[in-house]
Amino acid sequence: MILLSSRWRSCLLCFLTIMSLVSFGVAPCPASEDTTLFEQGAHQLVHGNFRQKEAAIAKINATNDPRAEKLLRALLGGKLYRVKKDNNLVYITKKGSRVSITDVLSGKELGTVKKRTLKKITINNKLRSKLREELALLALRSPDPDKRLAAVNKLMSSLSPESAKILEKLITTETNSKVRQGLLTARAIANLRDTDDAKRLQALTELQGNLNPAVKNELTRLLGEEKNKDVRQKAEAVLSSIESKIAFYGLVEKIFFGLSLGSVLVLAAIGLAITFGVIGVINMAHGELIMLGAYTTYVIQQLMPNSIGLALLLAIPAAFVISGLAGILIERTVIRFLYGRPLETLLATFGISLILQQSVRTIFSPLNRSVATPAWMSGSLQLNPVLSLTINRLTILVFALLVFAGLYMLLKKSSLGLQVRAVAQNRSMARAMGIRAAKVDALTFGLGSGIAGIAGVALSQLTNVGPNLGQSYIIDSFMVVVFGGVGNLWGTLVGGLTLGVANKFLEPWTGAVLAKILILVFIILFIQKRPQGLFPQKGRAGAAS
Amino acid sequence: MIILRYLKKDTGGMITLSLLALITVIVPICNLLVPETSGLHVSTFTMTLLGKYLCYGLLAIAVDLVWGYLGILSLGHGAFFALGGYAMGMYLMRQIGSRGVYGNPLLPDFMVFLNWQHLPWFWHGFQWFWFAMLMVILVPGLLAAIFGWFAFRSRVTGVYLSIMTQALTYALLLAFYRNEMGFGGNNGLTDFKDILGFSLQTDATRAGLFIASALALGFGYLSCLYITRSRLGKLCTAIRDQEDRVRFIGYRVENIKLWIFTFSAILAGIAGALYVPQVGIINPNEFSPLASIEMVVWVAVGGRATLYGAVAGALLVNYAKSYLTVAMPDAWLFALGSLFVLVTLLLPRGITGLLRKKEASR
Amino acid sequence: MSVLESMRGFMRRDQVFDFLVPVVPPDLDLTHGVILYLENLNVSFDGFKAINDLNLYIDDGELRCIIGPNGAGKTTMMDIITGKTRPDSGSAWFGQEINLLAMDEPEIAAAGIGRKFQKPTVFEHHRVIDNLELAMAGDKRVWPTLGARLNSEERDRLAEVLQIIGLGDQAKHLAGSLSHGQKQWLEIGMLLMQNPRLLLVDEPAAGMTHQEMDRTAELLTSLAGDHSVVVVEHDMDFVRSIAGKVTVLHQGSVLAEGTMDEIQNNQQVIEVYLGE
Repeated sequence: MILLSSRWRSCLLCFLTIMSLVSFGVAPCPASEDTTLFEQGAHQLVHGNFRQKEAAIAKINATNDPRAEKLLRALLGGKLYRVKKDNNLVYITKKGSRVSITDVLSGKELGTVKKRTLKKITINNKLRSKLREELALLALRSPDPDKRLAAVNKLMSSLSPESAKILEKLITTETNSKVRQGLLTARAIANLRDTDDAKRLQALTELQGNLNPAVKNELTRLLGEEKNKDVRQKAEAVLSSIESKIAFYGLVEKIFFGLSLGSVLVLAAIGLAITFGVIGVINMAHGELIMLGAYTTYVIQQLMPNSIGLALLLAIPAAFVISGLAGILIERTVIRFLYGRPLETLLATFGISLILQQSVRTIFSPLNRSVATPAWMSGSLQLNPVLSLTINRLTILVFALLVFAGLYMLLKKSSLGLQVRAVAQNRSMARAMGIRAAKVDALTFGLGSGIAGIAGVALSQLTNVGPNLGQSYIIDSFMVVVFGGVGNLWGTLVGGLTLGVANKFLEPWTGAVLAKILILVFIILFIQKRPQGLFPQKGRAGAAS
Repeated sequence: MIILRYLKKDTGGMITLSLLALITVIVPICNLLVPETSGLHVSTFTMTLLGKYLCYGLLAIAVDLVWGYLGILSLGHGAFFALGGYAMGMYLMRQIGSRGVYGNPLLPDFMVFLNWQHLPWFWHGFQWFWFAMLMVILVPGLLAAIFGWFAFRSRVTGVYLSIMTQALTYALLLAFYRNEMGFGGNNGLTDFKDILGFSLQTDATRAGLFIASALALGFGYLSCLYITRSRLGKLCTAIRDQEDRVRFIGYRVENIKLWIFTFSAILAGIAGALYVPQVGIINPNEFSPLASIEMVVWVAVGGRATLYGAVAGALLVNYAKSYLTVAMPDAWLFALGSLFVLVTLLLPRGITGLLRKKEASR
Repeated sequence: MSVLESMRGFMRRDQVFDFLVPVVPPDLDLTHGVILYLENLNVSFDGFKAINDLNLYIDDGELRCIIGPNGAGKTTMMDIITGKTRPDSGSAWFGQEINLLAMDEPEIAAAGIGRKFQKPTVFEHHRVIDNLELAMAGDKRVWPTLGARLNSEERDRLAEVLQIIGLGDQAKHLAGSLSHGQKQWLEIGMLLMQNPRLLLVDEPAAGMTHQEMDRTAELLTSLAGDHSVVVVEHDMDFVRSIAGKVTVLHQGSVLAEGTMDEIQNNQQVIEVYLGE
């Protein structure tokens, strides 16, 4: 899968290169006229004063000569020297006390010489900024559209009205829509610095709703010095519309982060919701079952280091099985003997969680392990310059919803689900109907624990895997279950997502820790009002003595 | 006196209190008066360790009062313990004065380090011992009262309540880790110099603190004995077993729970206040849920609903902890975890329950 | 002006804040001879109507039996009277003055309504005599309870009730060691210690031998007169042995009311019990 994608990518790269070469209309080998111009420029660099050097730089850059970029970079980096004896231009690289030199024009290595036989080509600050601009323009002609895009963005901050003309030319030849968009923005920004009011107004119209961060900076700058009333007014309007747009996307991003956190909470809590809802015991080792799932992912990745993507997919069923079996083991050996004594169950399972934690610490060391993220889950989805959604969070959100849907279908449609619900509602009646409650208990516990394992797989993609991974989730998970209403899957979903979003909305005001505390306090207060949670299981069963 | 009558019926308590009285006298004497070369000498280290255990014993009684008698499994008593400890720690910090590393006469070192200019408002008053002692009682008591008022009034019970208490201490843990809170962040409060003008380094002060801990334990024991043997105490166990019935015969269950819970929190706070000068540090780790749940295990091991069982459990488990964390550091959590499982499965009434069963069968 | 006046209110020494004044329920007023009024009560759980427009009146000193098939709403009715369940609509008055719907369980208990649960609920880890002592009428606030000691009058009362429920020999035994029937009696004894005016007794005869049943019937009949007693029961023989007046509940409302003979000949009741 990975192989395929990289091959595919290199194909694409080839194609793009050819395309851009064609579109630029630049022949693979430089024209002879350009060559002489380049040499003239180089000559001028050696002999001229600063003003002449400036002209030389522009000349060299205009040639499209492939040697140009290296030359300009070397000049900027102070690596360009002339040989005192024959005034040839050379690049230097240090080798001990001597330096090795390379001829600029021919590219030939000229061996090593003493440094004092050379003289540096000096530049001043003005030239330096000129060089940077020229280099950016040079990059704008790069065959790689990604590089061109980066160059455009870099250019945004150092535009002058003169740049507009060059940009104009580039726009007509640019085929990549993103780069073109960037060039248009850059041109408009350049025009904003023009002295002509009409041009500035026109530029403002073009920049309406443009979310590029440079636009906002430029508008703020403009408002600081603009004299013309119309332009001012317009600029203010454009700026405020951009700002409200940015605020909106900020909101969207915050909701996304909240939902992402919420999806993790749902994943962590939903297993607990099942065991607590059906069997009525709190499994304090639930967090450690999540941790087991995360470590399963880690181990499988260690076993197949060359295909981490596949390992991650394999880890999902593996974690389900391992955590599920661990859960069944806990149920059969401990919890089964404590039914009807919820507080004792809580203590015993807490003991199990300590044992599990310490086992992992002994086996894998107490240090955190990092689990690699496969290529198809890394990176982010850039929707516009101010809104990007990280793909791993997006994947986990979708994954959580899938797990929820799967579990919901399982409980609603399968016969196991029917038995589970029967036992949850009336244990003795279910038993009388011939349901083997003990088996259902074990299976339910296994199911809830297995889901915890799956949650661990998802969590391994967000945080480091360590022995304390699960501990931090047990209280949160319980809060979600309580908030949503015990034994109610929908409640867990809504509760988890709500708490996640609420957390993210509080965070900027109060800081992450205080946000967490506030949420805890809120839930404590919430239980006062609605002890049964958001979606209570109504009925006489809830009220009977 | 009625308390003596109660004590007469409490054989385990008599033994515990007699032993307590004995070591209260003997240990300081063996420390201060017996020369170090003698085999009977008790080192200051041992005495301090014992003093620490006595604080734990008091804490265990506090946990037992609410769990064993009232049926509230509090997983947050560490919070009350730590708050009492912090109140004492703040007094000790203010006592350092200009002897700190930075030599600031008003601000404790960590505040100077954080570039704070003023003493936060809640640090005022802690230069007085009486004020700090008032806070040792008031802060845990008020927190317990507020929490309890909300929780008990809305009839949150069972595991819900347990998790709520755990969430409470967890929230405080997070809060106290923050430097901005003004309690020294994750380093906590330490480098104490003296208490009431006596240097904490001298053996005599240590002995004094040891005696104070023993007296506090004795006082705590007797007051809890009085409560549990009174009609209110009978009511507590009645609530534990049949909460609804108690309500229907006309008692306000929430008020009873609130008072007992608050009293227990105050005891825990006092234990924390005595603990801090002996170990020389208080930091947010005392708020960790694990610390709180360990206290429950002491009581479970010793046998809940017996006060002397709680004390015995605290001493036993902590002795084992002191031994194991040095001898086999990795094994301690395994042992603690197994202890949870085994005690709940096999010894629901703890060690004292085992003894009583033997007595009954004889 | 009004601000000034309210400020003046703060300054008055003879007044305290409203919430500081203990709420004293009005005394039981039985001028019309009726102790309990339940009118137009409705309760539904999840759309299921447990109580459906229920009207019921209990006279002072009366012994009333309430029968009905499962799900007729008998236990829910008791829950409403004792404050455990709030009705969706309707009213419940204890005597003329006391609104039961505005009170919670301890208040209702203090006002003089005692309840025995369907399953005997006694404090099994306490001795029989402690069970009775805890239930005894008196100041039930926290601090008075902490220092409470039995005085001789109260001891007499304890002995008396022990005598009534026939557990004199078991006074020092743990309640948990009693037989099922004895636990039922102990629970009735606990009700008596509260000095209630109205006793709600849910299935007192369940799990009893015939002898025990007879004794229970005797006990309940002897209580009537001084107290009003409402008995919910399934066992028809038991009902016949005690009842003056019988009320039949069906689907959350009163189906029939009358003496046992009238009820047994009532066509509707026969249909409900024997099936249409």
